[in-house]
Amino acid sequence: MIEVRDAVKNFTIRSSGVRTRVTAVDGISFTVGAGEFVGYLGPNGAGKSTTIKMLTGILTASSGSVRVAGLDPSRQRTTLARRIGVVFGQRTTLWWDLPLRDSLTLIRHLYKVESRVHRARLDELTELLGLGPFLGTPVRQLSLGQRMRGDLTAALLHAPPLLVLDEPTIGLDVVSKATVRDFLQRLNAEQGTTILLTTHDLGDIERLCDRVMIIDHGRLAYDGDLDTLRTTVDAERVLIVDLERASPPIRIDGVETVRVEGPRQWLTIPRGLNAAAVVAAVARRHEVRDIALREPDIEDVVTRLYLR
Amino acid sequence: MIFLRVASYAFRRQAAYRAAAASGVLTNTVFGVVRAYVLIALWQARPSLGGYHVADAVAYCFLTQALIGPVNIFAGGLDLVERIRTGDVAIDLHRPVDLQAWWLADDLGRAAFALLFRGGAPLLFGVFAFRLPVPGPLVWLEFLLSVLLAVLVSFGLRYLVTLLVFWLHDDRGIRSVAFIASMFFSGMVLPLVVFPGWLGGLSRVLPWAALIQVPADVFLGKGPDLLDAYALQVVWAVTLIGGGRLLTRATRRKLVIHGG
Ligand SMILES: Nc1ncnc2c1ncn2[C@@H]1O[C@H](COP(=O)(O)OP(=O)(O)O)[C@@H](O)[C@H]1O
Ligand SMILES: [Mg+2]
Repeated sequence: MIEVRDAVKNFTIRSSGVRTRVTAVDGISFTVGAGEFVGYLGPNGAGKSTTIKMLTGILTASSGSVRVAGLDPSRQRTTLARRIGVVFGQRTTLWWDLPLRDSLTLIRHLYKVESRVHRARLDELTELLGLGPFLGTPVRQLSLGQRMRGDLTAALLHAPPLLVLDEPTIGLDVVSKATVRDFLQRLNAEQGTTILLTTHDLGDIERLCDRVMIIDHGRLAYDGDLDTLRTTVDAERVLIVDLERASPPIRIDGVETVRVEGPRQWLTIPRGLNAAAVVAAVARRHEVRDIALREPDIEDVVTRLYLR
Repeated sequence: MIFLRVASYAFRRQAAYRAAAASGVLTNTVFGVVRAYVLIALWQARPSLGGYHVADAVAYCFLTQALIGPVNIFAGGLDLVERIRTGDVAIDLHRPVDLQAWWLADDLGRAAFALLFRGGAPLLFGVFAFRLPVPGPLVWLEFLLSVLLAVLVSFGLRYLVTLLVFWLHDDRGIRSVAFIASMFFSGMVLPLVVFPGWLGGLSRVLPWAALIQVPADVFLGKGPDLLDAYALQVVWAVTLIGGGRLLTRATRRKLVIHGG
């Protein structure tokens, strides 16, 4: 479905007359097969959006090759647009001042979807995404979560076999996030839609993706499944301990105290060690006011990948 | 037809802002009255200046006030400028449709709304308040065609300005030059007929003249022959929109989209 080989994208930026070159994507290669659900993970500025823009043909790669659905995106942009669905999470394809329903009608004409097919498809998506209550509401009055559901519908009206999403869950509340995630999972499982999902939220990936690609500074740092990733980087859990009073670093076998700030201390627990036992040991030897266990997040995982 | 829909949606989008439209009508009318008295004073001092009589000058004034909206004389660029700046243009570029044609359709819808709901009122007010002569139906039709051509020229200009903003990485500079040019050379500030010598002659064949001076002359039955007037507008519309097409292609090739 997607084939990227040694793709590079450079930007030339000019500020006060000085030209500098920014390499947003620095030679990445990957393939995505039909039916896959792939997470594309990376911190802000890693090059995710730039990759998506090359995949959709909005930007042309500086070098390397990109093929999507058998087409060259930058040369066959219009044909490709009819075969894929794209959602840019921070923007909307809907018309701000029109009711959602009217935007969707306009998009139906844009993608030349037959009226009958459109109605059936819209009914189905309305049901799945719960659009009913706000189909008649002007888009500017929709909440972010409602708008995202509208944008998802817009991207899927022409039933594309490939859906590309750039940070679709950014800024969403917990409930909307869950709705969007459930929907994407069903879309992939029941309709076989291939999905490439960009995010910097590890939760999206954990919940949805069989496979994850991690990008940082324009390079692919990892491509594989999430469990393997976890064990590869052996991401440690962090125990945050609030003591009654400031004291010297806590010392427990196998555990490292990585940071001390007044009465608060950070301890890292390796995968092999039982967290409950560590907590008990801390509580036995110190006067503890509060204690919290934090699972590794994307920043930790990526940092670990690079420290290896 | 997709473009017909885009135009009709642009029309409805304007309709969503009734308060803005109403206040626009009010301002344009009030300013019309103020300008009318200035022009009356000028023509009383210099009767038949530029071949206009006082009544022509007053009618001209309300015509220009009526045309402010449709030809979007104060605008400089298109909303596309803002979309390029924020990166929302990525959405426009992804759509399987011609970028320029899309924005032209959008602008025609906007202009149609402006003509109906922002242009009519100042003109009617002027006609009644100053007892201006009303032309026959044929002249109205000729005038409407000229306004349509004026909108096309205006779009051609603003689309080019938009792309220039993109190429030159400059927003305010280009837009203020475009603004000043369209204020003076369109005949918005003073009818171009009062400018003497070569400057006057030149200003009457520049594209900006096609925005206001030419349609106003068609209405007043002044200036060049009707066909010459149309010819000037058509030539500029074709040149500017055609230039925009070429520049669009080049722009696409080097386009860099800002932001996430
Ligand atoms: N239009 C542009 N001009 C200049 N630099 C850009 C442009 N777009 C992105 N970049 C730079 O490229 C890098 C990657 O950006 P992006 O792909 O948007 O990252 P992400 O989506 O992962 O947050 C960043 O350093 C960003 O500043
Ligand atoms: Mg991004």
